[in-house]
Amino acid sequence: MLHLIVFLPLVGFLIAGLFGKQIGDRASELVTSGFLVIAALLSWVNFISFWAGNAEPFTVEVLRWITIGNFSVDWAFRVDTLTAVMLIVVNTVSALVHIYSIGYMSHDPHRPRFFAYLSLFTFAMLMLVTSDNLIQMFFGWEGVGLASYLLIGFWFKKPTANAAAIKAFVVNRVGDFGFALGIFGVFVLFGSVNFDVIFANAAGFADASADAKNQIVLTFLGAELTRDGAITAVALLLFMGAMGKSAQFLLHTWLPDAMEGPTPVSALIHAATMVTAGVFLVARMSPIFELSPTALTFVTLVGATTAFFAATVGLVQNDIKRVIAYSTCSQLGYMFAALGVGAYGASIFHLFTHAFFKALLFLGAGSVIHAVSNEQDMRKMGGLRTHIPRTYWMMIIGTVALTGLGIPGTVLGTAGFFSKDAIIESLYVGQNGFAGYAFMMTVVAALFTSFYSWRLIFMTFHGKPRASAEVMSHIHESPNVMLVPLYVLAVGAVFAGWVFHTHFIGSHHEVGHIDPHYLGFWKDALFLGPDNKILETFHEVPKLVKWSPFIMMALGFVTAWWFYIRSPGMPVELARQHNGLYKFLLNKWYFDELYHLIFVRPAMWLGSQLWKKGDGKLIDGFGPDGISARVLDVTRGVVKLQSGYLYHYAFAMLIGAAILITYMMFPGAR
Amino acid sequence: MADLPILTVVTFLPLVGALIIFLIWEDSEVARRNVRYVALFTTIVTFLVSLGIWYRFDNAQSGFQMVEKTDWIQQGGIAYHMGVDGISMLFVILTTFLMPFCVLASWESVKNRIREYMIAFLILETLMIGVFCALDIVLFYVFFEAGLIPMFLIIGVWGGARRVYASLKFFLYTLLGSVLMLLAIMAMYWQAGTTDIPTLLAYQFPTNMQTWLWVAFFASFAVKMPMWPVHTWLPDAHVEAPTAGSVILAAILLKMGGYGFLRFSLPMFPLASADLQYFVFTLSVIAIIYTSLVALMQEDIKKLIAYSSVAHMGYVTMGIFTANIHGVQGAIFQMLAHGLVSGALFLCVGVVYDRMHTREIAAYGGLVNNMPKYAVAFLIFTMANVGLPGTAGFVGEFLTLLGAFQTNTWVAFGATTGVVLSAAYALWLYRRVVFGALDKEALKSILDLNSREKALLYPLIVLVIFFGVYPSAVFDVTQASVDNLINNYQAAIEGTVKAAQAVSN
Repeated sequence: MLHLIVFLPLVGFLIAGLFGKQIGDRASELVTSGFLVIAALLSWVNFISFWAGNAEPFTVEVLRWITIGNFSVDWAFRVDTLTAVMLIVVNTVSALVHIYSIGYMSHDPHRPRFFAYLSLFTFAMLMLVTSDNLIQMFFGWEGVGLASYLLIGFWFKKPTANAAAIKAFVVNRVGDFGFALGIFGVFVLFGSVNFDVIFANAAGFADASADAKNQIVLTFLGAELTRDGAITAVALLLFMGAMGKSAQFLLHTWLPDAMEGPTPVSALIHAATMVTAGVFLVARMSPIFELSPTALTFVTLVGATTAFFAATVGLVQNDIKRVIAYSTCSQLGYMFAALGVGAYGASIFHLFTHAFFKALLFLGAGSVIHAVSNEQDMRKMGGLRTHIPRTYWMMIIGTVALTGLGIPGTVLGTAGFFSKDAIIESLYVGQNGFAGYAFMMTVVAALFTSFYSWRLIFMTFHGKPRASAEVMSHIHESPNVMLVPLYVLAVGAVFAGWVFHTHFIGSHHEVGHIDPHYLGFWKDALFLGPDNKILETFHEVPKLVKWSPFIMMALGFVTAWWFYIRSPGMPVELARQHNGLYKFLLNKWYFDELYHLIFVRPAMWLGSQLWKKGDGKLIDGFGPDGISARVLDVTRGVVKLQSGYLYHYAFAMLIGAAILITYMMFPGAR
Repeated sequence: MADLPILTVVTFLPLVGALIIFLIWEDSEVARRNVRYVALFTTIVTFLVSLGIWYRFDNAQSGFQMVEKTDWIQQGGIAYHMGVDGISMLFVILTTFLMPFCVLASWESVKNRIREYMIAFLILETLMIGVFCALDIVLFYVFFEAGLIPMFLIIGVWGGARRVYASLKFFLYTLLGSVLMLLAIMAMYWQAGTTDIPTLLAYQFPTNMQTWLWVAFFASFAVKMPMWPVHTWLPDAHVEAPTAGSVILAAILLKMGGYGFLRFSLPMFPLASADLQYFVFTLSVIAIIYTSLVALMQEDIKKLIAYSSVAHMGYVTMGIFTANIHGVQGAIFQMLAHGLVSGALFLCVGVVYDRMHTREIAAYGGLVNNMPKYAVAFLIFTMANVGLPGTAGFVGEFLTLLGAFQTNTWVAFGATTGVVLSAAYALWLYRRVVFGALDKEALKSILDLNSREKALLYPLIVLVIFFGVYPSAVFDVTQASVDNLINNYQAAIEGTVKAAQAVSN
């Protein structure tokens, strides 16, 4: 069954990719979508057996890959609860996006290619989440990067799309640079890159005797590291990979630009699945991260900063997809912040629920864009509610799920209510140095989230229509092939939290007693260090903390209503008054400009300097060109009788040099 | 059949083809066609026979196999001594495998003196195979140096506009190394009294002398690799060489440097290798970063790929001198993979060069509109070039870095920046050539791959992916020999350390 789940998308990719022309557009769509639906159903079957608690983690070997000395990796699948969760997330969203795309891409001339890429992406993502070692994970990791590159640049005639595609790949490579070094480090420390070995040895690695503890186990960039230090270094390097893939602060710049790709791609890759790979990586490597409080603190710091930063930028963007993109970036920050305090369950739960409502929002946005003739600027929308009511209501559901509507203290609420509140509460009780900071940041970000989400709704669907009469005359609700996936996702966005929270995060924890639902569900898939008490305490927080996300959400809603329904002149006036701040946010804190200045331009300058001056003037000048020029001078000047084949002279000269060296080499030789 | 001197047969089969072509005297359309077919047939037969080497090869054995030995020059005990081990065998196969591609790539693009052209290529094939099979150091030298001449001619006669400059530069550089190597060989003969490679591998040179010998060999191999800063001949040579010349240059000739390090420097001069390890690391890391940055700014497609080759060879030299099993295995794999990938990339350049007669990046753009099949092939090779896992390019790069990390993290750190830079220059190239709208008038009528070009590129795609997914096909062959190499190397180093301790005690 597992083989089918993982390889069906690959087969779909090969069929649509190689024979798309021959079998036609419709057949390509049906084959790839059909395979994905089967894979998705099988993933649910697999998940349910884990959910019911009657499945044990297992490993399936597929093929020998690289075996060199003690470095040995295979193509193999490892399935535990964490993988089972990722499988349903990836395959469900992917199947729905495939189906949705049949409608969304119906006017595109390159449909087989599009569906092939989607399936290729899904395959790579499945390889990533089912991997039983770091190298296969790296394969999936870069494979999704490739698919992302291809899909962002899908409309290859658009220069902006091409630029965004390269940017995504290269920035991800910066993260992968760290990831690769992290893998090397793991190999040095544990002598293996297979999860079984790493996890089995991780705990013992830290608990070593005092002598072993003080031993230098790794020298990294001149720093001599003992066991604790080495684990921290390795965890931070791995996390660098996660930062790149999950678009965390400093390596986030590619994600908003990635919106150049078709909207279904944004929903699948840049919201629900690929960008969560970083979260998955940290959760998967929890046995290592749990050993390093320093690394975890850093994870919280980066996550919380991203949650806040991306939310501020989202406040002022006018492109409907970019707002959602920054929202994604911000929500990923929540997940990392939670990982940092050891709340792995809450983080993965948020990953799970987020996949539903964020895919819903993106596909809804796609439906809007589809309706208004590919316009993405919300300033040119407005008043669409009556024209596309189904899309409108789906977007509302997505929004309430994202903002986390629900009644604190009860189990009445949307998906985001369960997972986001769990994160905020975990941060409140979190033990690391930045937990408090993270708590504040995420609460503020919750306010912003609510504001920009409702701003999006109001600007798009309410008020007077601002689109041209021509566009308004073409406006139409999307076909069912696009709407049905929205309905399915909406069901997830509403109920996923309520149905699954007892297993994902547990509902009856007490100090010294962890909810057996939680333990029975996750088993050893998520590792908790002996000092990690987060689970036992996170439900015991003050009332105000419990209510804070709700208050923030309400505040954001009211502000948005005030700004965009009640007195629409306000935001313009506010932007004028605080022009500096507005510009700063609108230009995304000027990160693109800064990076261009400190990385791109110096690299290019250096490249051309090294080429013209280094290679041209210096090496060639003193090397071959210089030598032949000197030889020519000599020939012209002294020996005009000779015929003057350049290399004869060069040869003579070299012989001379060689004789000299020989003389020095063998003083007194025969 | 079992007694067939298969290495000799494979080595000299191309010469037979060359002789037949030599006998086709006339200069008519029919004759030219015959020349092409004879060359193609010869190279294919050579490849098929060479598969027999792989078939007969015993993976478990670490020493030389299929050995042939005949006295050659009685006086100095110099013998015609051939044999392959796990390190050299696959290079023989790589050579014979790529030759039919070279002939096919020259099918239409070479117009004048096709007869001489094919003869030069076939002679070159003999010499290249000879390099990898020779077990006598003089024999090795003869093959190694003689290979210069056909390549020199191929660039100088069938090359582009600045071919004379390029071929001269190529010659000057490589000659510099050669002379020093010859002297070193003489010195080794004086010292050890033999030119037999297996005997020399067991011989221990005095520490002091090792350094000098190492330096002399290094001069030659570093130029061939090429390593920074003696790399500047390569971009010029590539730019001017005809497509097939570039393929051979990148895929095989560059590998002779790496092969030399593995055959001579590391096992024969282990102490010097250990002493000068960091010297090589420094040059390698500089090469990776420096040439990647230079590649970023190139305006000529071939030059860009040439610079990227230098960067990739940086991983090889780094891997070899880590002298651990991951680094060395990675280096060998990287060389083989680079042989396929860079060869394929130059073939890709050849495809558009044949149509447009320019290599300038700015002259292209939007090729995907008219050439979707070409775009796919070029994409796969580009991705292999940037080391995407699942392609052959990944395995070698990753293992050399893993090897380096265990030796020194600074080296690994510096070299790993190459993965970012390679993505930048390769994807930027791809974008400028393939993506975008098809605006340029001259390109509007450009045609997609024809069946000859498909026959060139498709098999390479299959192999690039196959070796990325199942690299064990290579490692099974190389394992025993590399293990042996590393063990001997370690033993030599430890032996010296122990000796030094004994003295100090």
